[in-house]
Formats: sequence, structure tokens, C-alpha cells
Amino acid sequence: MTSAIHSEKNKYTVIGFRVERAGPLAQLEDAGRFGVRRLGVTQGGPADLHGWAWANRLAGNPWGTAALEITFGGLTLVAERDLTLAVAGADLGATLDGQPLPLWKRVSCREGQRLVFAAPANGLRAYLAVAGGFVAEPVLGSVACVVREGLGGFDGRGSKLAEGDRLAVGHRLTAGQPSSAGASLTEAPDEVRIDYRATASLPLLPGAQVADFSGHSLFQAFNEVWHVDDRADRMGVRLTGPRLQCRIGSMVSEGIGLGALQVPPDGQPIALLNDRQTIGGYPRLGALTPLATSRLAQCLPGQEVRLVAASSEGALKAYRRFCLTFMG
Amino acid sequence: MSGQGARLPRLESAGLDGWMVRLFERIEETNLAWITPLARRCEAAFGDALVDLVPSYTTLLVVFDPLRLSPEEARRRLLTLLGDLAPDEQVDAGEVRELTTWYDERVGPDLGRVAEHTGLSVAAVIDCHAGTLYRVFALGFAPGFAFMGLLDERLEVPRLTTPRQRVPVNSVAIAGRQTAAYPAVTPGGWNLLGRTSARLFDRDREGFSLLAVGDRVRFVPVDRQAFEAQGGDTTPMEAKR
Repeated sequence: MTSAIHSEKNKYTVIGFRVERAGPLAQLEDAGRFGVRRLGVTQGGPADLHGWAWANRLAGNPWGTAALEITFGGLTLVAERDLTLAVAGADLGATLDGQPLPLWKRVSCREGQRLVFAAPANGLRAYLAVAGGFVAEPVLGSVACVVREGLGGFDGRGSKLAEGDRLAVGHRLTAGQPSSAGASLTEAPDEVRIDYRATASLPLLPGAQVADFSGHSLFQAFNEVWHVDDRADRMGVRLTGPRLQCRIGSMVSEGIGLGALQVPPDGQPIALLNDRQTIGGYPRLGALTPLATSRLAQCLPGQEVRLVAASSEGALKAYRRFCLTFMG
Repeated sequence: MSGQGARLPRLESAGLDGWMVRLFERIEETNLAWITPLARRCEAAFGDALVDLVPSYTTLLVVFDPLRLSPEEARRRLLTLLGDLAPDEQVDAGEVRELTTWYDERVGPDLGRVAEHTGLSVAAVIDCHAGTLYRVFALGFAPGFAFMGLLDERLEVPRLTTPRQRVPVNSVAIAGRQTAAYPAVTPGGWNLLGRTSARLFDRDREGFSLLAVGDRVRFVPVDRQAFEAQGGDTTPMEAKR
């Protein structure tokens, strides 16, 4: 593909990167696929909203722009043109032509340079945003890549990145036009750069079945340490720890929200993430807040987390403050 | 059951951006006459602040944008809607969706097992499955996967002990008092009776999913020739699970 294609008004689509080595899982994510859950179609979108939103902001993109979610590493991209980009979220030992790539910061990259994501040093998922955004044809209103459903991504069929893929990016005709309120910010403040190795305290809003757990189990849930199991993916993250007792075994299947903490009969909770099934039938302790869900998505197997009972008011305030940073 | 004795309908917290409207305790076909109009009224009452609706057997999950609407305001609106909710009299007026189906051991490898388990002949199993008018209670599991019921109690069989890794697309299946057709290749533990030629999920079609919650569905048995003429895939199921 040599010629630029006209797409949206004032925007060309051009090839930004070629995939030299794909790694285990790298995929395209916009904010997610909404309004279609009643058809059994899941939400998708970035597992870590925080890292995704910061990468976009630092690249000068508005909220919702599609960025790459790189899980674990093993990815090598070659720039097909000069680009402005930003990487936020996990430190996967990223380098640009062999030099350490600064994270949480706007960076320039020249045509022919090699961008390598090696392996997790801090966190699990890195977000690569490029000025102008990655571009793909939306499916059911979104480019969010859901491998299990075969929806979204660069090919519209839910494919993760593969060797040889050529990744389209948006290219503004009028250079230097800030595209969002935060376009002038080129480096994230220290306080938003999360140390994902630390034990995470995850705010949880208690749900309707909370009273069906034994008192002892509730005490344990909020006072003991949980470990992130290796059975963790974009559908859900299993936690291991004390065995929680609930007097409900299973329920009539019903809708499940992001962050829902369901407890199957084995007593080991599963936090449900972006690619979860739309309905399910296990009792729930409650729901992790959106930002707690994001934080959990950065944990590697074996890491410790704690659950903290939260109030709706406090959680709403924190979520609004976070979103307004990017939309204000 | 959770909150036994508490009044229905009721609202339960489902996180920062959602309320679970619990209308019923048990699966009944008549539940849909209440859940469907509630979903419709939510669309009007929430407008742009509505993110998603997930209707199911006894509940409606309402997901809203907490930047536009506080959970408290969303709760107030839902209580208003519930206050004067009336059942939908039109619920039986729509058309019946027909799923052309080839019932055969080659594409429905559990026909024999179901017959054995129920004590019916294979022909009686087919007649029984095709002779019931089903209702779509929920979509989930995979895009366009419709949970339909209620299956004739004579056909009630448990799920497979070990689910299959790959259930072929369009497989028609039963489990418990439910039936379904697989819109895509997925793992699955239901008992396979045959295959439909219907296109269950099509990203290029308006509405995407052939079936919606509340639809009435009938399986129409055809022979191999008619099935193929309708574009049905007769590739046999692999013998292995």
C-alpha cells in the first residue's frame, strides 16, 4: 500500500508501522464496543484504561482514539515513516533502536527505527499511542479487538497482530493542530506513573449478594491477601486465597458489569474484565471500580492484591476526576 | 436465592455505572412481557446517558455513563419507570422466526445419546424438539447466541461431562430445559441434535443478530437435500470430541 487513502475529513490514512515480530498478544483497542451487549457482544476496550488514556493524551489524541495494547512484550515494530508517539502503562523494557524508550512521555520516532517491547519489568500491558491514532474500519461501532468473538482489530476479524502486518495510522493534513485540550502536555506527572509491582489495594463496591457470604468470609475477603492466579486473561482474572463461602451456588444467568467479582462454588473469586461473557450465573461479592479493574489488569501472576470496601460516592468522585483529566 | 422475601421488582447495585433491575425470581415465559417494555422505556428515559442494556431471564442490567448521570439519579429514573410499568400486550404479536434444521447423526452426534437417556426414539426426539415454539430469553455466551426455552421436559438431559473443544457453527443443541444454535465455532457442552442453515450472526446485517430477546422461534426439520438447497453445511462432525 503506497498511496495515502482519504478517510475522515482532514485526515489521511497512511502506514505507520510494520510488524517485524508479533509477540504473544498485541491488539488494537479504542474505548470499547457499546450498545450491543444485548446481542451477546462483549465490551472490549483497553484492559487498563489508565495507561491507555495517558498514552493517547501524551500523543495529543482525543479520548477514544485507538491505541495498541501490548501484553507481555515480544513485539518488534519498524516505523514506516516519521511518527510522534507515546508509551504508557507497563514497562515492558521498550527500546527505540536499542536505546531505552522513555515512558509516559511524548517521543519522536524516525522512519526505519525499530521499536522493541521485550518483557515485563513493571506491569503487564503497555499502551502505544501514535499522534493521529491507529486506524481501522469499525465493526459494530468500534475497532476494539476481541479475539474470542472475531470482531475488531486492524482486519475487522478480531486478529491480534501478526508478523508482516502493516499498521495504518491517521495523518493530519494540518500539522501541529492540537487535537485535544491536553495536547500541549508532553510528559505525565510523576503521581500518575504507577508502580505496578507494589501490592495493589483494589476498591470494591459491595453488590447485592454480599449478604449471602458468611461473615467470616467477608472478613477474610477484605482483610487477607489475594494472589493473582496464572488463569488470567482479558476475560477475567482469578484470585487465589481464603476459600469464600456463599450460600448461593449458582443463580439464573444475568448481565455482568465490568469489574464484577464473581465467586464460583470453589470459593476463589474471578474479576471480570473487558472481554467477559455478557451474562453469567455466579454470585458476586461486588464490583471493582473501573480504575481498580484497570490496576488489576496490570498485575502479573503471583502478585499480591487486597480488596478494599469502597463507597459509591468516593469511587464516583475518583472516576470523574480521572476522566475529566482527559476530556476537560 | 438472594434477598429472599425482599420485594420485587428491586434495584441492586451493579457497580459505579450499573443497576441490576431484578423483576422475577424464577424463569417464566411471561417474564418477557415485563422486561421487554422496561428495556424500551429505559432507552427513552436515559437517552445519551444509556451505555448498554442486558436483558436476561429475570433481570435487566442497565449500564449508564456515570459522567452524565449519578448512580442516584439513574436509580430515581428507574424507580419512576418501575412505578407505572405495564406488561407488553403485543409480546405475542410478532412473527415467528423459523430455523431450518437438518436433524442427523452426522451433524447432531448426540441424537442417539439423547434418545437413550430419554427413552424416546430418535424420530420422537426430533418431533419433540421441532414441535415446540420457543422463546428467546437471553443473548450471551457469544455474539448472537440465543438461550431459548422452554424445552419439553421429556427432552431434559444434562450437559456433556466434558465439553467439546470445538462445536461447529450452526449446531442445534439442548441442555436442561433450554435449546440454542451456535452462531460461531466455540467450545460447548450442550447436546448436539442437528444443524441449521440460518445465518445467526451477520456483522453486515442491520441488527446483526438474527434472534433478539423476546423472539419466538421454531425449528423446522428438513431432509439433507432441502438443507443443502438452503445453503446448509453438511460437513460431518468429527468423530472425536
